[in-house]
Amino acid sequence: MNASITIAKRELKSYFESPVAYVFLVVFLMLTGFLTFYVSSYYEVRQADLSRSFFIWHPWVYLLLVPAASMRLWAEERRAGTIELLLTMPVTMLQAIVGKFLAAWVFLLIALALTFPVVCTTAYLGAPDVGAIIGGYLGSALLAGTYLSVGMLTSATTRNQVISFVLSLVICLLLLMAGWPPVTEIFAKWAPDWLVRCVASFSFMPHFDSLQRGVLDLRDLAYYVSVMAFMLFGTHLILENRK
Amino acid sequence: MIEVKDISKRFGAIQAVDNVSFTAEQGEILGFLGPNGAGKSTTMRMITGFLAPSSGTASVCGHDILTAPVAAKRQIGYLPENAPAYAEMTATSFLQFAGELRGFGGAELNGKVEAAIERCRLEKVRNQSVGTLSKGYKQRVCFAQAVLHDPPVLIMDEPTDGLDPNQKHIVRTMIKDMAEKKTIIISTHILEEVDAVCSRAIIISDGRLVANGTPEELRSASRTHGAVEVVFKEPVAGAAGALRALSSADDVDEAGAKCTVYKGGQDGGDLFADVAKLLREKSWPMISLRTLDGRLDEVFQNLTIGDDLSRVG
Repeated sequence: MNASITIAKRELKSYFESPVAYVFLVVFLMLTGFLTFYVSSYYEVRQADLSRSFFIWHPWVYLLLVPAASMRLWAEERRAGTIELLLTMPVTMLQAIVGKFLAAWVFLLIALALTFPVVCTTAYLGAPDVGAIIGGYLGSALLAGTYLSVGMLTSATTRNQVISFVLSLVICLLLLMAGWPPVTEIFAKWAPDWLVRCVASFSFMPHFDSLQRGVLDLRDLAYYVSVMAFMLFGTHLILENRK
Repeated sequence: MIEVKDISKRFGAIQAVDNVSFTAEQGEILGFLGPNGAGKSTTMRMITGFLAPSSGTASVCGHDILTAPVAAKRQIGYLPENAPAYAEMTATSFLQFAGELRGFGGAELNGKVEAAIERCRLEKVRNQSVGTLSKGYKQRVCFAQAVLHDPPVLIMDEPTDGLDPNQKHIVRTMIKDMAEKKTIIISTHILEEVDAVCSRAIIISDGRLVANGTPEELRSASRTHGAVEVVFKEPVAGAAGALRALSSADDVDEAGAKCTVYKGGQDGGDLFADVAKLLREKSWPMISLRTLDGRLDEVFQNLTIGDDLSRVG
């Protein structure tokens, strides 16, 4: 565990040592702010409710930004050759994977935490449902981690960050769309009901929906955790295979 | 100490390393020779746990790299080829990171980092980010990382590659300074390095081990080993013929005023004495007369040139 934390600390520091991290944070905050206040007409709706105006955008914002944050995790190590240094240290592959994952997740959580002015605005204007906000943030944090685990897997497959970015964007998009009502409705017209539901249950969307409504369902938690575990296991498999 | 047992590595259709076995003891500096692409780096990467062998195994200080990889890695300091390091980190923070991963903390960690900085003469650049350093300094930062924890085993992949002669000298001195208490393996394709630092050398060609011995032993396989070189004041007509006629001589190379007399096969007579006797008799004016040690590059070429030719074909 200690080794994981050492690796995570280095990784997190390296995010902030490059200007990319600040660009990332600014873009994330501007994008969520813009979507919340302008596209969702937050003020005009006159409801102290964040799920319809704020959290609803997170799956789409993450779709673009999380692959950008995760693409360098392994691809850059491989390109620069530092992976040889890292993996010949007395650490296990799992420790290295967990360390990197934690660092990137913490970085995303920092970005998420910086959206607090949205919550303050809502609290100032009305009396929002605190449970729903906590649920929304929890769901968003889990969603970010899940996207991240996909990005980590694609990053382990290549030494090219751009390839990693595109691959994880496509995979996340598929996982997102599979359960998005407009898409499931198209399939529902001709596919058997059980198949549509089965495919949709693999998607991020239904699980995120219930969390942002403030419903904490163990099944949703289990879903996120198992997708993350699966992706990290896949990363482990890929890295071991390339040895 | 290191024990490598029948280690092989296959990348798809390419057999990068083929059944290589050797051992290295404490106090030894083992040179790993071979042309580019012979499998030197791959072998080192398997010993250090970066690559998994396709078959065979190795043990480092009694820890098997397959069954106890972390324990084995603890015993090793490794300088990979091209000395990779995290470009955005400063030299000091990079060494601190390496030390922390090695399990040091607090005052002990700082002590180790300071000692490594001093040993590798990095004071001047300690707060500079690694990406901005010159190749020589970068090499030394990575070297510092490898010796930081004072490992009993040190494995270095082309530690002097791309360095200028002064930097090469510094790195070689650092290696020799540590040799006594450690087992050191360095790979190189520079033959002078073998004479400069190694106590034993292994030659790898096309993934196979083709020679293993001290530099002197390897040299004795050379055609020029035991040959006698005569340098006349000026070219002497008939000298080459007379030398060739000696019973202990095999062949003579004549280049201007210089004749190299190679040792004859079965006879086993004293070539030097025979040559000296002949020269006394003829009293040709000459500048020097000496026995040759043999040349490593000749042995190296003989053992490794086959695979280059087949690759061209």
